[in-house]
Amino acid sequence: MDTNNNSQAKGLITTMRTYKHMLFGLFTSLCVLLAVPAHASPTIQHWTTDNGARIYFVAAPDLPMVDIQFTFDAGSARDDDKKGVAHLTNSLLDEGAGKLNADQIAEQFDSLGAEFGTGSYRDMALMKLRSLTDPAQLTPALKLFALILSEPSFPAESFERNKKQTLIAIQSQLQSPQAIGGNAFFKALYGDHPYSAPSLGFEESVSALTRDDMVKYFQQYYVAKNAVVSIVGDLDRATAEAIAAQLASGLATGHAAPRVAPPAVLEKERVINIEHPSTQTHISIGHASVTRDDSDYFALYVGNHILGGSGLTSRISDEIRNKRGLAYSAYSYFSPMREAGPFMMGLQTRNDQASDAIKVMFATLQTFIDDGPTAEELEASKRNITGGFPLRIASNSKILGHIGNIGFYNLPFDYLDTYNDQINAVTIEQIKETFKRRVHPNKMVTVTVGAAPPEVKAATGFE
Amino acid sequence: MLKKSLAVLCASLMSVTVWAGNNPAVHEYTLDNGLKVVIKEDRRAPVVISQVWYKVGSSHEHNGITGVSHVLEHMMFKGTDKYAPGEFSRIISENGGNHNAFTGRDYTAYFQNLEASRLEVSFEMESDRMRNLKLLDEEFAKEIQVVMEERRLRTEDNPQSLTYEQFASTAFMNNPYANPVIGWMNDLENMNNADLRKWYEMWYAPNNATLVVVGDVDADEVLQLAKKYYGVHKRGEVATIKPRIEAAQKGEKRVLVKAPAELPYLMMGYKVPTLTPENSWEPYALEVLSAVLDGGKGARFEKLLVREKQIASSIGTSYGLVGLHDDLMSFSGTPAQGQTVETLEFAIREQVQRLHHELASEEELARVKAQVVATDVYQRDSVYYQAMQIGIMETVGLSWTMLADYVERIRAITPEQIQEVAKKYLIDDNLTVATLIPQPLDGETIKRRMSAGGGHGH
Repeated sequence: MDTNNNSQAKGLITTMRTYKHMLFGLFTSLCVLLAVPAHASPTIQHWTTDNGARIYFVAAPDLPMVDIQFTFDAGSARDDDKKGVAHLTNSLLDEGAGKLNADQIAEQFDSLGAEFGTGSYRDMALMKLRSLTDPAQLTPALKLFALILSEPSFPAESFERNKKQTLIAIQSQLQSPQAIGGNAFFKALYGDHPYSAPSLGFEESVSALTRDDMVKYFQQYYVAKNAVVSIVGDLDRATAEAIAAQLASGLATGHAAPRVAPPAVLEKERVINIEHPSTQTHISIGHASVTRDDSDYFALYVGNHILGGSGLTSRISDEIRNKRGLAYSAYSYFSPMREAGPFMMGLQTRNDQASDAIKVMFATLQTFIDDGPTAEELEASKRNITGGFPLRIASNSKILGHIGNIGFYNLPFDYLDTYNDQINAVTIEQIKETFKRRVHPNKMVTVTVGAAPPEVKAATGFE
Repeated sequence: MLKKSLAVLCASLMSVTVWAGNNPAVHEYTLDNGLKVVIKEDRRAPVVISQVWYKVGSSHEHNGITGVSHVLEHMMFKGTDKYAPGEFSRIISENGGNHNAFTGRDYTAYFQNLEASRLEVSFEMESDRMRNLKLLDEEFAKEIQVVMEERRLRTEDNPQSLTYEQFASTAFMNNPYANPVIGWMNDLENMNNADLRKWYEMWYAPNNATLVVVGDVDADEVLQLAKKYYGVHKRGEVATIKPRIEAAQKGEKRVLVKAPAELPYLMMGYKVPTLTPENSWEPYALEVLSAVLDGGKGARFEKLLVREKQIASSIGTSYGLVGLHDDLMSFSGTPAQGQTVETLEFAIREQVQRLHHELASEEELARVKAQVVATDVYQRDSVYYQAMQIGIMETVGLSWTMLADYVERIRAITPEQIQEVAKKYLIDDNLTVATLIPQPLDGETIKRRMSAGGGHGH
C-alpha cells in the first residue's frame, strides 16, 4: 500500500468520532505491515470484461453482503504538472452523475444502507461500494454505481467547493508535524519524480486547476483497460460476471497507463531540519527502495520484520522504546509501490532527545546490516508471519484488499498460496546480503520536524 | 448517573445461551471467582480473538493520579513472576498472533488475535498477568517516559486534541469524564510505581473482569480452558466508587483555546444521558437524532452546512450511547473558506433549533434505519468488532443481550421522540462551546517551505 500522506491530512480535519475516548495502548498503526501472506487461501476467480477491465472475484457466502472495488492506475503519480488533479478528480466522482446531483446520490446510497467511498493515493485511485446482497438493496445500489462510473458530471459548483476543501486540507497539513515531515521526506527522496508531490497537491497548483482538467483526467485514466475490479461477497460466479459487466460496460475501453519512470537513486546523504513549534521532533529516515514486483521483496520484508516491522518485538522498538523510553512509536518499513517506494525508519521524541534518538536509529540499522539477524530472530519472525496468515484473510474486507493488490500490481496468481513458502525460504545469509546491497545508511535522507533542530550533520557522523 | 453495581455478586456458575436472529450463538458463564465469560462462536474463518476487559478506566480516577489506568495498561506488558518484560509480546508473536490493549474512560482491555488453535497461549499468559504483575521500578521509569511521549504525540502537538481536552474539562465539573484518558501531564510527571501497585490491587481481579472470546471455537471447550487458567484465581476485594453525578449546569459555558495552528476549530457539546436499564428510549432517540444530522453524506450537516451553504469545510457529531456516566452530544467542525467559527456556530444552532421546532421527516428516519440494518450485517465481517461490542456493554454494567435489541430499538424511535429529546437536552443551559484560536506556527517561514513542497536542506 502506498504510504498515504493524503489520508493523514484528511484525518486532521475530520472530527474525532467513535474512538476519541480510547487510547490504543502499545503501538500505533504507524507500523505498516506490508505483506499479504498463505494457507487455505481463498479461491480467486479471474476474468476480463469485453472492454478490458480485469476482474478478481472471491465468493464469500457467509454474510449477505458484497464489497466491490474499482482500482484505477490513476493516482497522483499521473498528475504531471497539474499537482492535485488526480485527488480532486477522484473526490468529485460522487458529486454528480447523469441527471443526479450530490444530494440525490448521497440520499440514495444512504437509504439503501450502502456505503460508497472514493480514495486517492500516489499509485492508485479507488471507488468502493459495500452493499447488502438482497436485490432490494443491491440492484439500485449497482445502478447508481454504474451511473457514477459511466457518467460523472463534475458539477461546476462541486468542483469549486471541493477545491476549497482541498486547499483547507493542504493548509491543515501545516499544523501537523507528521504531515510536514511526510511531505518533506517524499520531496527529498523523489526530487523531480511524480512520487515527490503530496497527493493533495500544492496550494498554487490546486488553485490553478479547472473543471476541464477533471473531465480530461477522467476520460484518460478512468477507463476499462486501466481498471482492476475486485469483488468479494455472497455471489455466485454468474452473478459476479453479470455485475462486473454491468459496471464496467459504462467505461470507455481506453488504454492502460504506461509505467512512470523509476526514481533516480540518491547519491549522498542529506539532513533536512524543519522548524515547527511542537514539543516533539518527528524523525523520518530512509531512501527510495522497493517495487511491488521486486525479486528481493521477501528477503527485505522478513529482514525488516526483525529490524523494525514487528511492533514491540522488533530491534528498533526494543532499542528506542523498551530500553530507553525515547518514543511511543518507533518502527521501520518497506513500502513497495509500482515504482520504488520508500524504506523508512521513523519515531517521535521530545525535542532535546532527537539527536540521541537519531544516533540509536542509525546504529541499530548499521548493526543489522553488518551482522544480520540471529537464527532465533529469523525463526521467530517466520513463525509470526506464517502463523498469522489465517488472520490476514479472516474477513471480506481483508480479502478484498489482497486481491485488489494482486490485480493492480500484477502479482502472481498463486501469491497467497505460495506466500508462506516464500517466507520460509528466506535465509540469514540472504537477508544479510540483500540488506547490504539494498539499504544504504550513507545515502539516506533524514528529515526532522520540531522546535529545536537536532545537532545532526549527517548519518556517517555518528560512527 | 452511575449505572452499575461494581460488585459482581453471583457466586455460582451460571450459563445462558442466546440465539439472536441469524447471528451465531452467544454463550455466557460466570466462574466461581466471579469472572464473567462471554463466548461467541463465529466459524467463518479459523481465527479467534480473546479480550479481557477490566471495569476500570480514567473515569474511576481522581485528581492527582489521572492517567494511572493507562500507564498501568502499558506496564501490563512489563513482566510477571513467570514471564520477563517483553516475553508476552514475543510469545504471542511467535504464535502468529498480534495483540494490543486499550484504555478508555470506563474500561481497560487487552486482546490477542490468533489462529483458532492457539487460544490457550493467550489464556495462559493473560490469566497470569491478571494477578501476578511485577511492576518493576526500572521498567516503570522508562515506561512513564514512553507515556509522556505518547501524550506529546496525541495531545500536546495536536491543536484539535488540545481543544477537545479543554472542552471536556470545561463541560464537566464533577463528572470524571472531565479528565483526559491519558492523564494531565503534571500527574504523569508525578506518578510513581506505588500508584500503579495500588491501582492494580484495587481493580485487577476476576470478579471485576469480563473475558470475551469470539471466533472459530467451541464454547464448551473454551469454558473448560477458562476454568483451567482463569479459574485458579481467588475473588478479589474490588474497590467501590462514588457516583459523582454531575452537578446541574447553570448556564452556557465557553472556552477559548489558543494553540499553534493554521485552522480554527469549533466544538459544541450538550449534556445528554447514556443508556441505562431504566432509560429505555431517550438514548436511542439521541442516537437517531445524531444520525439525522450526520449519518452519511445525505444527512443534514453534509447536505446543508457543507454542500448547500458552504459554511463548514468538515463537520461531525459525536454521541456515545454507552457509558458509565452521562456524556455529551458534540458537534465539531472546521469553517469553510471565508467563514468563521462564529458563522459555523450560528449555523449549528440553527440546526438544533430546527430539531426543536420541526419533526424529522419520514424519509430521514427511513435512511437512518436502513443504515442501521445494513451496518448490523457489515459489522459481522470483523470478529474484533463483535468482541468490542460485547465487552463494552458488559463493562459498563449493561448486558451484551441488549445488542440484539439495538436494531429494533432504533427502528421504534419516532419523529416526536427525537423532538422531545432535542427540546429536553439540546438547550443553551446544557451547552459548552470551545473555540480553537490559531496562534502563529512560527511565522511565515514554515508556510513558505511547505507550500513549495519541502524543507530546505542543510
